[in-house]
Amino acid sequence: MTLVRERTAVRREPRAAARGATPHPMMIAPALLFFAIFALLPLGGVVVLSLMKWDGIADPAWTGLGNWSAALADPATYHAIGLSLRVMVVSWLFQTPVSLLLGVLTAGRGRYRAVLGVLYFLPLLLSSAAIAIAFKALLDPNFGMSRAFGIAALAQDWLGDPTLALYVVIFVIGWQFMPFHTLLYQAGVRQIPAQLYEAAQLDGAGPVRQFFHITLPQLRYTILTSSTLMLVGSLTYFDLVFVLTGGGPGDATRFLPLDMYLNGFSNNDMGRASTLAVLLVVAGLALSLGLARFARFSRGSQQEGA
Amino acid sequence: MTPGTRRTTRFAAGLAALLIFTTACGTSGPSGASGGKPTAWALTGGDEQVFRTSFGTAGIDGQFFGNDAYKQKIRSAVGAGQAPTLVYSWGNGGMLKSWVAAGKIMDLTPEVAKDPALTGRFLPAVAKSGVIDGKTYAVPNNSMQPVFLYYNKDLFTRIGAQPPKTWDELMALVPKFTAAGIAPFSLGGQSKWPQLMWEEYLVDRIGGPGVFGAVAANKPGAWSDPAILDANRKIQQLVDAGGFVKGFSSISTDSNADTALLYTGKAAMYLMGSWAFPTIKEADPDFAAKQLGYTTFPAVSDGKGNPADIVGNPANYWSVSAGASDAQKQAAVQYLRTGVMSDTYVDALLAGGSVPPVNGIEAKLAKARDPQYLSYVYGLARNAPNFQLSWDQAVSTGQADALLDNLDQVFLKQITPEQFSANMNATIGK
Repeated sequence: MTLVRERTAVRREPRAAARGATPHPMMIAPALLFFAIFALLPLGGVVVLSLMKWDGIADPAWTGLGNWSAALADPATYHAIGLSLRVMVVSWLFQTPVSLLLGVLTAGRGRYRAVLGVLYFLPLLLSSAAIAIAFKALLDPNFGMSRAFGIAALAQDWLGDPTLALYVVIFVIGWQFMPFHTLLYQAGVRQIPAQLYEAAQLDGAGPVRQFFHITLPQLRYTILTSSTLMLVGSLTYFDLVFVLTGGGPGDATRFLPLDMYLNGFSNNDMGRASTLAVLLVVAGLALSLGLARFARFSRGSQQEGA
Repeated sequence: MTPGTRRTTRFAAGLAALLIFTTACGTSGPSGASGGKPTAWALTGGDEQVFRTSFGTAGIDGQFFGNDAYKQKIRSAVGAGQAPTLVYSWGNGGMLKSWVAAGKIMDLTPEVAKDPALTGRFLPAVAKSGVIDGKTYAVPNNSMQPVFLYYNKDLFTRIGAQPPKTWDELMALVPKFTAAGIAPFSLGGQSKWPQLMWEEYLVDRIGGPGVFGAVAANKPGAWSDPAILDANRKIQQLVDAGGFVKGFSSISTDSNADTALLYTGKAAMYLMGSWAFPTIKEADPDFAAKQLGYTTFPAVSDGKGNPADIVGNPANYWSVSAGASDAQKQAAVQYLRTGVMSDTYVDALLAGGSVPPVNGIEAKLAKARDPQYLSYVYGLARNAPNFQLSWDQAVSTGQADALLDNLDQVFLKQITPEQFSANMNATIGK
């Protein structure tokens, strides 16, 4: 039954392709229009604004490259870029293994896995602001979890110690986004043909060897997708950090997106904020293009790796 | 899907679209100069109910926002010419100054000339914060919010000490409290601005109001004043001595965790604005009635500042948008004359535990619910030679963020007082 249907599908495919090979160019007009209005136009506006001095109220005035030289001469900018890079690397190192293992765990059959899967999924349903407020309350050194569980060791200066705060923020970001990546890996693992594992079992490979020699290589593209989302995503972490620490203590968690926001809407320096926004756009584009190129480099069917 | 459910779905989708459309219109703000009812935006919480009642009587269309949300929304609204008729502000600080400079705010001086009581009925120290370059742009609309030192009487009795009158006494109290396992001071360092109150008071006590006056006037190098350096050194000494509760920079004021440390007996003293009193009273009425004490910030020996000077928010203020229609402007000025601080308005403020900055209300204060506390706050403001507006409101908006950030690093001991002054000097003129 399935065989028959597959065969008809295969036979119909070339005909469908031939008919739909050249859709009328007008068909992309609406999408292009939307893209131009909601993406290109604002982007152009930001580039223009990055050449102006504007406090959001008075008339904008041209400063040429003044904002750029000021931003590039300011150590605060490099501090923010450095922090963003650190967050990118550390949160990738933290999130990837954990969500990969969780994905593998929940991909298997069994009721307890389904229940765990639902539990892991929950954080994804909460808004960033809610997560941040909840963690802020939990991490309060006097009235937070140390008091709730009666464990004094939990009364650390979680969000007040400049080095600790950065890692706490990365942890909370991970807590929020790992469910999503777990889901990606779960779907990826479920697509691996069972025959591969059966063959490996016949050859006498244990679960650990199976994981490293079948699961991991088979998930190559899933890892790439998830990493791209993670790395580019870490350029836009804002809401959670803004509510959780506001960039503090001092400027210990003032990442580039937060620095941009604070410059624009707290310092009312829209020109400077636009400069940082352009930097962010360039960094994001370079990153995703680079990763896409890397993906093409290691082209080949996912199943070939086995 | 049966045709019946399909029809319902389509209906529901249409309704959803309609709702999105109407709410989108609703949030696009009041229609600038198109006439109609005067509009006003104010803050939720605090004196919200008093505003609501008076808006109702005066026929003003009021909308209410959270503090930070308001500050950002009002800025874009004023910039885009979409400001409400009545603009809520913190007096002649960076925000109001930039709006006035952009010509967005109506000059009320001719109205004051017609009817001097418009500003004359307020305490002079408070009314003066509505004046920029000799012209009146804003009129007080709610209560005075001076900052002072709250303390827990029981904890002082336990260690057998008195509230500090001088900075030296304050420093001497620190080891006594820590030895007894009590944090000397509660502080919500994560919110940054509570730390600013320490700086404001210390600088005023050491160098007098002129030091900040030079900063506000954008004098080059004003942040290197010896008083500011000394104040920051004193702050770091207090941090080193363990004066602030352990982990203070993790404590957020938004959740009132810092206030809770005081009324749960974990911290002995708490430097905060008068707005903390209602919070304490609501959380622990018994504590507020029996154990809560309050006193002024201690003097610094050899300091130039008058120990009666206070800092905080003199009040909040109404200004009239220059972009409003003539009818709206007239109605708004009429409201400022008769609606704001009318007899019932003052009574309602007092009933909520707020002290309006109006002359000659001693008799009313004595009859209010917390006469002792309200009279204390009133007396504090009336007798203050100088009522310094919170620095983050008083400096230009470009400087406020840098100020809070750098001061936070002073408290964290990430930078020295000298670095603080250098960093802040670099922001002058921004």
